[in-house]
Amino acid sequence: MSKKVSVATCSLAGCFGCHMSLLDIDERILDLLQLVEFNRSPINDIKHIEGMADVGLIEGGVCNAENFHVLKEFREHCKILVSMGECAITGGIPSMRNHFTLKDCLEEGYIRGVGIENAHIPNDPEIPLLTDKVYPCHEVVKIDYFLPGCPPSADAIWHFLTELIAGRDPSLPTELIKYD
Amino acid sequence: MENTFSLDGKEIPFEPGQTVWDAAMAAGVYIPHLCHNPDYEPHSSCRLCTITVNGRPFAACTQPAVADQLVHNNTPELNAMRRTILQMLFVEGNHYCPSCEKSGNCKLQSSAYDLGMQDNHFPQLFPHREPDSSHPDVILDRDRCILCGLCVRVSRDVDKKSIFAIANRGIKSELIVNSPSGKLVDSKVSVDDEAMKVCPVGSLMIKRKGFEVPIGQRDYDKEPISVVSLRQFQGRKEGRHE
Repeated sequence: MSKKVSVATCSLAGCFGCHMSLLDIDERILDLLQLVEFNRSPINDIKHIEGMADVGLIEGGVCNAENFHVLKEFREHCKILVSMGECAITGGIPSMRNHFTLKDCLEEGYIRGVGIENAHIPNDPEIPLLTDKVYPCHEVVKIDYFLPGCPPSADAIWHFLTELIAGRDPSLPTELIKYD
Repeated sequence: MENTFSLDGKEIPFEPGQTVWDAAMAAGVYIPHLCHNPDYEPHSSCRLCTITVNGRPFAACTQPAVADQLVHNNTPELNAMRRTILQMLFVEGNHYCPSCEKSGNCKLQSSAYDLGMQDNHFPQLFPHREPDSSHPDVILDRDRCILCGLCVRVSRDVDKKSIFAIANRGIKSELIVNSPSGKLVDSKVSVDDEAMKVCPVGSLMIKRKGFEVPIGQRDYDKEPISVVSLRQFQGRKEGRHE
């Protein structure tokens, strides 16, 4: 048989709900594994993309410096890059902080919040720096396809991946397009 | 027949005085729309119902039906333009569908589903808009307002209260409340107002009613807006409020 399609996935400023939905294709994942092999992904804990992946699925928007570097790595090492889910496409719920300054958000969370002791804003160099705003992925790198939903349903992910792998237009039929 | 026009190659009958939108919907042809509600006078501001008549674009909700005109509606070009209008509406406001209690009953969301919108394309503007939750029974969430003007028109023309208006121009336009403080609590708004029933999005809502119908069982969860809208139009009582 021909070479399997290499799929990489990652979760940036998301909740892992899209990855849960990917696993929610249930036993079809066995059929999927006949067609694809997973490159870097939280599913197999591979830390960096090996070679070039054919498809990269991005969950979540960009809220910190690490998200930015991971997204750049995916763009450089994926032939097709897909924004998967509301957060990757619009910034989603994390982007609700965009209505406030970063300083206000941090002070609300770590200085003024209820029940805080030894109030200080975390500054360990290991912690990635937050971006000023949360950005949808397509405002940072070129995105080739968008897979909406919060999360996209298992059926939507299945339809998208199987159509894409078959070399067809993976646009979703109306009944599979959801934003919630 | 004398009084007919061509719509995407189909002959559509019309009564004198009908608009292209009215005649098409009566004949079972859906034309997307947001600011238009057939119970009220058309406004032609959202332009989602844009059609071409003899090659030129017009708003179907205000364009009079004329015999023998050549109308196009459901074409890839017009639907692409409609998707772009929707994308601009989505990035201009703050439309968080996952946490919105109108999800599934929202005409903006369901029109976007129906027209195959899978991304917002444009940079998100994340505007800062003040909500008004001052009233005990009514909430105004300006994040979701698309400035269709339906509540403005219905409050003025039907309720005779003129509670709402659109202030400022262009990107700074916003829905304001006619009261001494500018707050709903000091206005004459009531949950029984007709204006409370017309918001196509989740902007003007009655409190404590948001989840009366569970998500998943709402109008556009079960069927696309094109089907629901046609059925509602054809099943409604004749005539509109004047």
